[in-house]
Amino acid sequence: MAKVIKDVGCPYCGACCDDVEVTVSDDGKKILEVANVCAIGAEIFKHASREDRVKLPRMRQPDGTYKDVSYTEAIDFTAKMLVKAKKPLIFGFGSTNCEAMSSAAKVAEKAGAVLDNCASICHGSSFLAMFDNGYPSCTLGETKNRADVVVYWGSNPAHAHPRHMSRYAMFPRGFFTGKGVMGRKVITVDPRFTDTARVSDIHLQVKQGHDYELFNAFRMVVRGFEADIPDVVAGIKKEQILEVAEIMKNARFGTIFYGMGLCHSDGRNHNVDEAISLTRDLNETTKWTIMAMRGHYNITGPGAVWSWQFGFPYCLDLTKKNMAHMNPGETSSIDLAMRDEIDAFINIGTDAGAHFPIEAVKHIKKHPMVTIDPNICMASEISDLHIPVGIVGVEVAGIVYRMDNVPIQYRKVIDPPEGVISDEELFERIYQRMCELEA
Amino acid sequence: MAKIELNMITQRSIEEGIAMEIGKTSPQYFEACSIIEMNPKDMKKLGILANTNVRVTSEFGTVIVKAVEPRQTCYPGLCHIRQGVWANQIVPPITQSTGEPQYSGFIVTVEPAEHEVIKSALECVQGAVGLWKGVK
Repeated sequence: MAKVIKDVGCPYCGACCDDVEVTVSDDGKKILEVANVCAIGAEIFKHASREDRVKLPRMRQPDGTYKDVSYTEAIDFTAKMLVKAKKPLIFGFGSTNCEAMSSAAKVAEKAGAVLDNCASICHGSSFLAMFDNGYPSCTLGETKNRADVVVYWGSNPAHAHPRHMSRYAMFPRGFFTGKGVMGRKVITVDPRFTDTARVSDIHLQVKQGHDYELFNAFRMVVRGFEADIPDVVAGIKKEQILEVAEIMKNARFGTIFYGMGLCHSDGRNHNVDEAISLTRDLNETTKWTIMAMRGHYNITGPGAVWSWQFGFPYCLDLTKKNMAHMNPGETSSIDLAMRDEIDAFINIGTDAGAHFPIEAVKHIKKHPMVTIDPNICMASEISDLHIPVGIVGVEVAGIVYRMDNVPIQYRKVIDPPEGVISDEELFERIYQRMCELEA
Repeated sequence: MAKIELNMITQRSIEEGIAMEIGKTSPQYFEACSIIEMNPKDMKKLGILANTNVRVTSEFGTVIVKAVEPRQTCYPGLCHIRQGVWANQIVPPITQSTGEPQYSGFIVTVEPAEHEVIKSALECVQGAVGLWKGVK
C-alpha cells in the first residue's frame, strides 16, 4: 500500500510551501505522486526517483572524461585542495540545509577560505541596504492575515515563487482578511507586463532601471510634496502615482515584496534603500512592511547561520581564520573571481557554471574546482571533481529558513540512492581529513 | 545588415525553472533558455520574423539565440533572455562594489543571424573553459 506523507516542505523557492503531500511506494524508495506543489517543485521530487542519478563521486581524468571514484578518494582530494590553497572560495548553499552550512563554515574556518552564498549574486544588496536603513519586515503569516494592500516591486512571483500569491499574499483568506482576493488591492511595479501584473489590480510599467526615481516620487507624495513632482516619473504619469500613493496611505496593513528588479539593476542597494525608506515613511500614517523575495528555499539560511557564527551573513573572508571580515566588492565571489584572487573553488548547492557571468567562470576555472550537487549541472561538467549528495527536503531532513526568516523543519521522504551521503556528513568528513593532513 | 541596440534584462521564468530541475543538459532547458524575447516592433526594425536566430552582443560577450515574441510583454527597446547559460554568455561581471553582476539593464546589440546555429548549454560553458570535445 503506497504511503502518503503529509506536510512536507518543498525544496524549491523561498516561499517554502510546507503543505506538500508526497505519495511514496511500498518499499519507501520511490516517489509516485506529489500534490500541493507548483510545476517546478514537482520536478524536484520527480527528479529524485530518476534512474540516471549520479551515485558515486566522479574525478576528471587527463583526457577530460570523468571516472567514478570512492567517497574516501573524493574527500581526500577536496581536503588536500583546501589545505594547499591560499585563498579557496566556498560558494553556494542556496539548496542545502542549515546543518550543512554550519559544517561547511567549520571547514572554511580551518581552510582560511572565503565563504559566500548565492545572496552574493541575488539579494546581497538587500543586506547592504538593511545594514544602512533597517528592515521593517513581518512574517508571511502576518501578510496573509492582515494585509489589504500588497505591492510586488521588481518581482514576478507568478514565475519565480509560483505559490506565493495563493498561499500568502493575494488570494488567501486570513484572520482579518476574510474576503481574500476580493478585499485586497495588489499593485505590481515592473518594466514588463508580467504574469504577476496580469493578475494584479494595478500595473505600473516603470522604465527599466529607474525604480529609484519612482520610489522617490512616492516618498514625495507620502510626505505631502506632490505639487513638486514632475508630470511623468520613470515612465509613470503623475495621476497614477497619486492614485497608488493614496491606496498605500489608506491601507490598514501593507507589504512591499521586492525582487531582483531592484537588486540586479543600476543602483542595487540604493534602490532597496529607497524601498525601505518608503516603507518607513508610510509607517507614519499606517502600518507597512517590506520583504525580500528570497530565491532558493534556504538562501535565508546561510545569512542566519553565519551571522550567528561569525557576525556576517555573506561574503565572509576567513583567511585570517580567527577574525572574520566582510566587504562586498572586495570579498564577494564575482569580484574575487574577476580579480583572480582565489586559487580553489567549491560549488555547493548551486550552479555557478550556469549562473555566474561566463567571464567569472573562465577565471574560476584556472584553478582546481569541486562541485557538490545531487545532479549533473553546468558546474559539475566543468569541475575536476563532482561529489553527489542526497537532495535536502527529499532524501535528507534539516532546518531551512523561509524568506521571512521563519525556520522550518524539512522532512526526508525517501532514502538517497545507496551509498550517497548528505552535505553535512560530507563536510564533516572533509573537516576530519583536513585535521589528519595538518596533524 | 540591420542592427539595433536594446536594453537587456535577464530574469527567471517558470519554463526555465521547470527545465532546470529536469536538467540543464535537457532539450527542455535548451528550448526554455536559448531565446531572446523582444517587442514585435523591434523585430520589424531588425527586418526579421519571430523564431529567427539572432546574434546578441554585449560589451562582455556574444551569443546566438532565437528571437521570439515575449510571453510577458517587453516595451519597445527592452528585451529579455531568461536567466541561465545563454544569458550569462553576455552578462557584464560588473558589480558596482556590491558583488552582484549587472544581470539587468545593460546595452546589447542585436543583429539577424539566420544561418548561425545556437550552441548547446554544454558547448557554451565547456567551450568557454576549453573542455568542449564536440557532440557526445
